[in-house]
Amino acid sequence: MILYVISVGLSVTMGLMGFINLAHGVFAMAGGFILSTAMSQFGAPFPLALVLAIVLVAAVSLVLERLLYSRLYSAGELAQVLFCIGLIFASMAIARLIYGDRAVPVFLPDYLRGQLNVLGRDFPTYRVFLIAFSGVLIFFLWFAVERTRWGAMVRAAVDNRVMAQSVGINTKVLFMATFALGSGLAGMGGALGADILPVQWGYPLEHLVYFLIVVAIGGLGSLRGPFLAALLIGIADTACKYWIPELGAFLVYAAVIGILLWRPMGLFGTRA
Amino acid sequence: MSAHSSGYSADPKLRWTEWLPWLAAIAFFFLMPGYLSLGARILIFILFALSLDLILGYAGIITLGHSAFFGLGAYTAGVMSTQLGVNEPFMQLAAAAGMAALLGVATGMVILRTRALTLLMLTLAITAILLEIANKWTSMTGGADGLSGVQVAPILGLFKFDLYGKTAFLYCLAALFIGWLVVRRIIYSPYGAMLTGIRENTTRMHAIGAPVYWRLVLIYTISATMAGIAGALLTQVNQFVGLNVLGLEPSGDILVMLILGGVGRMYGAFVGPVVYLIAQDYLAKQYPEYWYFGIGILLIVVVLFARGGILGIIDVLARNKKAL
Amino acid sequence: MYSLETKKLCKSFGALTVAENIDFRLEPGARHALIGPNGAGKTTFVNMLMGALRPSSGQILLGGEDLTRAPQSQRVKRGLGRTFQVTTLFRSLPVLDNVALGIAERRGVARRMWRSASSHGEIIDESKELLATLGLADEAAIPVSDLAYGKQRLVEIAIALGLKPKVLLLDEPAAGVPSEDSQKILDNLDRLPADIAILIIEHDMDLVFRFARRITVLVQGVVLVEGTPEEIARDKRVHDVYLGEQHAA
Repeated sequence: MILYVISVGLSVTMGLMGFINLAHGVFAMAGGFILSTAMSQFGAPFPLALVLAIVLVAAVSLVLERLLYSRLYSAGELAQVLFCIGLIFASMAIARLIYGDRAVPVFLPDYLRGQLNVLGRDFPTYRVFLIAFSGVLIFFLWFAVERTRWGAMVRAAVDNRVMAQSVGINTKVLFMATFALGSGLAGMGGALGADILPVQWGYPLEHLVYFLIVVAIGGLGSLRGPFLAALLIGIADTACKYWIPELGAFLVYAAVIGILLWRPMGLFGTRA
Repeated sequence: MSAHSSGYSADPKLRWTEWLPWLAAIAFFFLMPGYLSLGARILIFILFALSLDLILGYAGIITLGHSAFFGLGAYTAGVMSTQLGVNEPFMQLAAAAGMAALLGVATGMVILRTRALTLLMLTLAITAILLEIANKWTSMTGGADGLSGVQVAPILGLFKFDLYGKTAFLYCLAALFIGWLVVRRIIYSPYGAMLTGIRENTTRMHAIGAPVYWRLVLIYTISATMAGIAGALLTQVNQFVGLNVLGLEPSGDILVMLILGGVGRMYGAFVGPVVYLIAQDYLAKQYPEYWYFGIGILLIVVVLFARGGILGIIDVLARNKKAL
Repeated sequence: MYSLETKKLCKSFGALTVAENIDFRLEPGARHALIGPNGAGKTTFVNMLMGALRPSSGQILLGGEDLTRAPQSQRVKRGLGRTFQVTTLFRSLPVLDNVALGIAERRGVARRMWRSASSHGEIIDESKELLATLGLADEAAIPVSDLAYGKQRLVEIAIALGLKPKVLLLDEPAAGVPSEDSQKILDNLDRLPADIAILIIEHDMDLVFRFARRITVLVQGVVLVEGTPEEIARDKRVHDVYLGEQHAA
């Protein structure tokens, strides 16, 4: 589910701006680092630290967007891919410099630890919390995109940027806001998931494939898609590693290839 | 060395500047005998970069999975020795080339029906799968420890791989030379012109009756074969194969090297690896974190301001000088 | 036998029908215009003819041969050529190369990997001749992107001619061209070989009436009427369609 939270932001960014943001994992990693630092160095309580992570990451992403990303919107795929690789390398190096080689510690608040009894079985409280949180998130996002004016503008701009501009929609601001949202979501995902996906300097590259898989299969620009994809992949991954440990991730990749060939635009994609 | 190295208006005659790389290599051999293993490594990566330039620079296919062919070639050469006891170097090369070609055709036929993100994804997935296989199939590949004890018999029965790396260097140089000849031929041929057409405007290529898909599959296979040979050379020179020949990292590295030198210019594939590997040899050992940081920033700068890489900058300078 | 024929050609995207039971015939040497209001489905029709778009049902025959399922490359080999409404050229390449690529395809040379492209004298000569007939000989070495728009449209036509097509589909060849240059395009259209069957999509009525010997009117994916220019000019339904469009605008 963590995959979902992180990846939905990517889906939106890529679907909206047509920009293949491979560096999305960087924002997730930053969120995780901020959460951990806030809690361990500054003693901030979990909710505050989480909010801090989201806000700071979104702010930084805005700066990056204005300064760097926006120059590359029409630059072609290769330039975008290379830029993201450069960003990934640079931020990984910075992360390593600041935090060293090990994963940062995460201290879950007491009320999120332990086990919860749901439907007669014991589940780790935190996982339940995550699933519930993702559910609420998808509801809010769906609401925002389908029901609000902002959402309508986003959908219009995704469909046809030039038309949207001529109708008076300020696409520049829209892009900024959406990019910040997407990155903020990534930061949130990284922070929330710090317990499950350890946050250390190799994070953006290690999980890059997974983020991209979730988005590519789920479909760009869609909200439900990555949700389903993340679900599928999470289940498949765990199942495969449990039942057929030798083959491990192999089957997941094979399945990915199969799905992408059958539906190149993803399961729910609005844009290829 | 300009961008017009292809097509019906281009002049295929060898320019004097094209002798420079080979003269430089020979000079290197005599003047820097202590660095021949680095030299061989550079030559191998130039060959790898050339193979990538064929499909990236000329056909316009963006891939992060080229290491799949490199790695497959590397492991094939290794396995030929350790499992099948075949130590003859040319046989090892042939096997590696064959396997890489097979993978190239198979994956090419599948992924070249897609575009952009999907294609990129698929290339990533393929090299990730190969990495997984290499990781898990310990009996064959040595898993995370790698495959050591690869033996390479003397070339043509005469030239043994010596400790100083002299044989290795000249061996790789010869391979690179042949690879370069082939690439140069293709680029200046009608096929190369056609590839440029595909890159420039695929829709138009369809409309003039080019069977774009099959042409791309062919060049993809050729490129894969070259990459596979490069990988095999690496194994033969080091007498070892590790997991680091597969996965995202080598794909990313070779992409960076090529961009650094300049894409689509053939000699960018020469300049890039030279600069990158020499810098890496010197800097990365001393300051590993700063190395990646530097590469990252360099990439961003190149993308924003110097799209044509080092050769692109040289071009601009040359043009400005003429104007003065 | 018709050079080009469609039988009950249909295309729908889900609930949206963009082509409905189009029966169309092109005689050898035809000068045929396809007109209709915006969104009538004209370019969709051309895309289906070329094979860039697959029809939902119906048949496409080229020279009597059923090519409904054939890929684009095969149709071009059988003599189908087109120009694009939006200039679709190899922008950074010289004009000569733009034309040479098509000629090389036709001559089966494009697959060759050994000899250099520039040593294929026959292709270069043919390209130069073709450019000369269109008045573009002086621009052979210039990158297409440096040409004036009117000349670019001529290069569009040149590429298509290089394929020695039996059927030529011209999608708004003079669109967006300033009037001084469009005269050149018109002259070149007049001089096209008489045995080629030509279908031209156009909005410019002067060009249509000057050029076409037969006109088909397409409205919302359906053939409204087909006839000689005089018949079309007098047809009340055609008037309604165009007047109606003006009212709705």
